[in-house]
Amino acid sequence: MAAAFAVGIYMALITSPADFKQGESVRIMYIHVPSAWMALLTYTIIAVASGVSIIWRHPLADLAAKSAAPVGLAFTGLALITGSLWGKPMWGDWWVWDARLTSVLVLFFLYLGYIAIWQAIEDQNQASRAAAILALVGFVNVPIIKFSVEWWSTLHQPASVIRLDGPTIDGSMLVPLLVMVLAFKAYFITVLLWRMKAELVARKLQVLRLKKAQGA
Amino acid sequence: MSKGSLNPMRRRKRQRIIVVLTAMGLLGIAVGLILVALQENIVFFIAPSEIAERQIESGQRFRLGGLVEAGSLEQQPNDPTIHFRITDLEASVPVQYRGLLPDLFREGEGVVAEGRLTAEGIFEADSILAKHDENYMPKEVIESLKKSGRWQPQEERPKDEDS
Repeated sequence: MAAAFAVGIYMALITSPADFKQGESVRIMYIHVPSAWMALLTYTIIAVASGVSIIWRHPLADLAAKSAAPVGLAFTGLALITGSLWGKPMWGDWWVWDARLTSVLVLFFLYLGYIAIWQAIEDQNQASRAAAILALVGFVNVPIIKFSVEWWSTLHQPASVIRLDGPTIDGSMLVPLLVMVLAFKAYFITVLLWRMKAELVARKLQVLRLKKAQGA
Repeated sequence: MSKGSLNPMRRRKRQRIIVVLTAMGLLGIAVGLILVALQENIVFFIAPSEIAERQIESGQRFRLGGLVEAGSLEQQPNDPTIHFRITDLEASVPVQYRGLLPDLFREGEGVVAEGRLTAEGIFEADSILAKHDENYMPKEVIESLKKSGRWQPQEERPKDEDS
């Protein structure tokens, strides 16, 4: 993970070229795009895990969804902030209410709501069900975010990488971007495993405490 | 464990799968219908050729988007007002604006202007945003292409904004 970040950031900041229109500001994209992709991917993982949790009642699915949420929230926040920093010099405004920006802001609040449910409901089984339902309902927003730039006129640009006629981004910029995407994925997996382990230990501790309290 | 005791559990799981998938399907359809109904409000800007179609009257505030028509940019000396035309290659609208322009504002590039149409059909903008497109290219590549005369600016293509 650290190596992927080191190589990715080196390429993004030093060896990759400046863009013919944006100049050096293009380098914000190497953080912005991986964060935004991970924001969507993390939400999709939470939605799938929530489905598994509701249907098969698998406790590990619950754990994964709960542990992934704050990481996804951070990715979404990072995408919004870096986008805003780029928007001011390039578009001429920090924020506009177009379909892409608005739907990503909704995603941000979905993450917040999901985390809030886990915090607010004390009974973990009830919290898990309520949170899972919110995650599944909110999943409808994911395709909206992805296709917002095609369905409606937006200020945000359409996709540059994942498109039918191939990427419209030059190879010298695409490679560093993909390295950064890999680094973000490695970061996500590492942090998710840490958080799941911590959550597992916390639950075991709670059971032990309960037993002790009952025994006393 | 006998097979008989497993079956009701399995049945319940299958029921839950059906409930979850149907609920999500219905929700998807409902949201889809809402978005189609709100189409006109979700678009960020409208194109010059849509002005007549949408029956926008003078004085009504809206965002006009398209390309800055090549060769249309004009500014009189001693007058801070900038004049240009926004086109979608079907129709074009004259625009006037006083103020700072964003870095990416250039002839032939995408732009979104917010303001009102006057009775004479001139769009008076009070804010201008530059629209960046999906093309990323190194500066050096463009410069060397220009030097060797092989650089052709992207063909101005009509944007299918209302597809």
